[in-house]
Order: sequence, then structure tokens, then C-alpha cells
Amino acid sequence: MAYRIPEELRYSKTHEWARLEGDTVVVGITDYAQGHLGDIVYVELPEVGETYAQGDSFGVVESVKATSDLYAPMSGTVLAVNEALVDDPAVVNRDPYGEGWLVRFSVSNAAEWDTLLDAAAYERLLAEEEGGH
Amino acid sequence: MGYSPHTEAQREEMLRAIGVDSIAELFADVPSAYRFPTLNLPHPVSEAEILRELQEIASWNAHVGEYTCLLGAGAYHHYIPSVVPAIVGRSEFYTAYTPYQPEISQGTLQAMFEYQTMICALTGMEVANASHYDGGTAVAEALIMAYNVLKGKRRKVLLSPTLHPEYREVSRTYLRGTGIELTGDEDLQADLDTLQAKIDPETVCVVVQTPTFLGEVLDPRRLRRLAEAAHAAGALLVVAVDPISLGLFVPPGEVGADIVVGEGQPLGNPLNFGGPYLGFFACRKAEVRRMAGRLVGQTVDAEGRRGFVLTLSTREQHIRREKATSNICSNEALNALAAAVYLACLGRRGLRQVAEVCYHRAHYAASGIAKVPGFELLSSWPFFKEFVVRCPISVEELNDRLLEHGFIGGFDLSRTHPHLGQAMLLCVTEMVPVPEIDRLVRVLREVTR
Repeated sequence: MAYRIPEELRYSKTHEWARLEGDTVVVGITDYAQGHLGDIVYVELPEVGETYAQGDSFGVVESVKATSDLYAPMSGTVLAVNEALVDDPAVVNRDPYGEGWLVRFSVSNAAEWDTLLDAAAYERLLAEEEGGH
Repeated sequence: MGYSPHTEAQREEMLRAIGVDSIAELFADVPSAYRFPTLNLPHPVSEAEILRELQEIASWNAHVGEYTCLLGAGAYHHYIPSVVPAIVGRSEFYTAYTPYQPEISQGTLQAMFEYQTMICALTGMEVANASHYDGGTAVAEALIMAYNVLKGKRRKVLLSPTLHPEYREVSRTYLRGTGIELTGDEDLQADLDTLQAKIDPETVCVVVQTPTFLGEVLDPRRLRRLAEAAHAAGALLVVAVDPISLGLFVPPGEVGADIVVGEGQPLGNPLNFGGPYLGFFACRKAEVRRMAGRLVGQTVDAEGRRGFVLTLSTREQHIRREKATSNICSNEALNALAAAVYLACLGRRGLRQVAEVCYHRAHYAASGIAKVPGFELLSSWPFFKEFVVRCPISVEELNDRLLEHGFIGGFDLSRTHPHLGQAMLLCVTEMVPVPEIDRLVRVLREVTR
């Protein structure tokens, strides 16, 4: 099964995506991640104002199969969280790159953007992970 | 029938692989004199003979079937209707180990679900888990849960000095090394106002017990004020409670408790020398994902029929490893089943009757003992089934004398509460008949004359 990997986004090895919008970055989980987690039943999001370093766990996503940590692809302070997920966490399954976004961070270190994988590199990562199964 | 997991050829192959000539060589480090020491054991006897010997040893026990029990302090002798052991002893329940596969265990899962439902009704809370090991571990799990509800940002837990001394000890053992400070119980005479004054922005939760370890029933209005003070500071209120007392008194859920726990043994479980017991645990639905332990939920199958399954298991250690809500991956299913059968058997009215009889007999006993010269009733507070008396002779000596007269005496408070002097915590349940209370008063008069 082919997963969507939008060209304009960057990706972490832990399957979060990041989209730069001015000096902020919007973060979610990838189509591949939601597909492997299965039906998402709960998303635990951070509080606005919390600060995270790149790679820190900022929340938890729970599916019928597993509970997984969410890792910040870039360092920053939480500016907004997707409150809609509290009532309807399945949005993450339906639209992981759109309505299913998780958190908007302020960017504290723009250079971290280039440490993330581009679409091609992420696709190679998925090919390796799938090959390993 | 012999059982040989390995053939001789396989053993030799393994020995060759590790470069050893014989199995005996593996034990070279054990001095030969200790390898097969002569054991000083009596001669073998027949089944009939050994049974007789064991029964003889067992008869040395002073058990509650033979003696009148005045000992409580966390473990209570209540009547267990015959239907409880009859159902618990059914092999479908009794012999099954971790019977949680929904395909084959609907009976067990439904019983757990009903247990949880009854604990919720009893405590006035929204969610209850399928149980912990005992009252002490349930308190400790409550502290960890409260810490996690506040996202690990606070590090001070306030323990009431009238929380059971063993629950306080278990909590300290459990939380050792976490960096969470357990305080508030240094002065055993400090009151609730003193405890409440210690609530600050670092406080995770306040833990109180009602009836307290010394038997005092806390005023629900006072508990509500404590809950409000805790909540105003962003902290939680944890209440440990005797489930039998809830037949009479306001459940903690109605006065603002966030987590309600307790020892479930009084609900249909025998004393058993201290275990296995049953810790019950209930909380608000909003925080259910922070709750430790098993949880059974009700659902529908593919054909729309009602069924029961373990739910929210992703919080648990076998799935979430080090990020789990607790390192507890087990429960006391059989004891919880006994509690569920007990509660179902008694019903709302029956539980109230048990609580009323305990209350009236305890007060009757207290007023009788208070009139015996040299004895002083220290419980000036409202109490349920336990009260404190100061004794004219040492509690240890008094208990020896009581035993001679067929009574298992009260808990010796001089061990845990030396400031009370030679004081005894007496427990009177529905299992102490009124004539026995009268005899107790006569015996106390006689042995201290």
C-alpha cells in the first residue's frame, strides 16, 4: 500500500511531519504512521506555552493497538494545539496532513529544518522499514 | 512417568558446545560436602498420619471461628455468606489463570465489569479498575496516578497522619527514588487543619482516610472543604475508605474526592493471615488514562451482541513498557469476584444493615468498656466500628489475658502511637454478638481488678 508523502513537507525518522509557516512550524503524524497505528482513539496534546527541544516527547497518540509518544521535529514553544482532536481523534486517520494536524510550535532554531528528511529521503526510510518486515 | 526434556545425546552436545566434560563439573564451585548434604528429616509417614500431624499443628492457631475477634486495624472479620465461597470456588473461576481472552472468558470479564460497577456505585466515582493487591498498594498507585495527572510537574504528597501506618509505609517504599516527597504525617497528633495549611503549589495530592486509622469518621462537610482547598491549589484529593462504612456514610465521590481507594477484604474475603487481599481503586472518567491496572469494558461484538473486553490496555506495561502508568500488570481477580458476589448478595439494604449493626455494637461496647474502672475511652470523635481505649495495664498483658478468655484482643497502639500510652484500638463488627460484648466487659473488669 502506498502512503502519501507530500513534497513540501519535511519528516522525522519517528514519523512526524513538519510544515514551515513563517516563523512557526505545524506538526502532525504521517500517513504511514496513522496507517500502522490503526484506529486512533485518543490524542494527548501539550499545553500552550510549553517548550520542547528537538526530539522531546510532546504528547501521546493512542490507537486500538498501541500508545506511542510524539516527538518534536524541531525545538520550539507550543503556540496552538488542535482542540478538535479531543472530541474526534479519528481525524488523524482521515486527514493526517490537513485537519489532523497536532501542534503549532514557534521555531527557536531554524537550522533544525535542514536536519529533517525531505520527501525523497522519507520515502527511502519507509522502503527500508517495510523491507525489514 | 519420567519426564526427560533432553536426551543423553542432546546433553552431550550441549556440554561439548560449552567445553565441559560432565554436568558434575558445572557444580565444581560448590564444595563437595555441600552438594548432597544429609538432611535431618523424620521418617516418611502415611497420608493419614501426616494429615493428623498437620491438623494438630493447625489447631495451635487462635482463629476467628473459635475466638471472638476484637482486632481490626485494616483487616476485618465480617460475615461471609455461603454463596460467596460457593461461587468463587467454581472451577471456571477458581482454576483459571489470567483469564482475559474475550473469546473464552465472558463470564470472568462480566464478573469483573460488575465488580467495577459496584465499586463505582459504592464510592460515588465514575470509573473503577479490576483491583490492586491490597489497600496499601492501592494508596501508592493513587499517588503515582495523581503525580501523572499533574504531568510530573509537582513533587509533594501530603499524607494525613491518620492514614493507616502501613499504607504510609507502603507508599514510601513504592515511591522511593522517584524524587516525590511524602510529608504531612510527621506529627501523629496534627489535625486536618494543619494538613490543609500545608497545601501549596508544589502539592500533588492530599491523602486522607475515613474512618481514620483510629476509627474517626471524618465529617463530609470537612472533607468537602479539604477537597476545595486542594483543588484551588491545583492538587487532587485521595480518600482511602472502609467499604463497609459506605453502607452508612456519604461516599467520598460526593464530597469532591478525585481518587477513592481502600482495602476490599471486608467485602466477602476472609482474614487469611493477611492475604491475599484486594485493593479497590476508583477515579473520575476524565483521568481514566492515568489509572493503573486492568480495566474491563462493555462493548458489542460484530453482530451487535453485548460483550466484555479488557479496555485501555495500551496504558499497561505489557504493551507500553517503561511508559506504562504503573509496573503493575496484575490484579486480584478472585478476591474482586468475592467482593462482587458479596455486594450482589447483600444489596444496598443488606450492606446498610451490616454497617448499622457494626456501628451500634461498637458504640455499645465502647460505652460498656468506658465504665470499667481504669479504662478510658479516648475516642471523643464520631466513630464507626473501631475506637480507642486507654488501658490500666499494658496492652500486651491485657491481650494475653483476653486470649485466655477466648478473645482476640485489639490492636496495640503503643507500637504505633506511643503518645497515647497503653492504648488499644478495638474493633467490633456484626460478628461480635451482644452477649459476647457483655462478657468482654466482665472479663476486662475481672482481669484488671
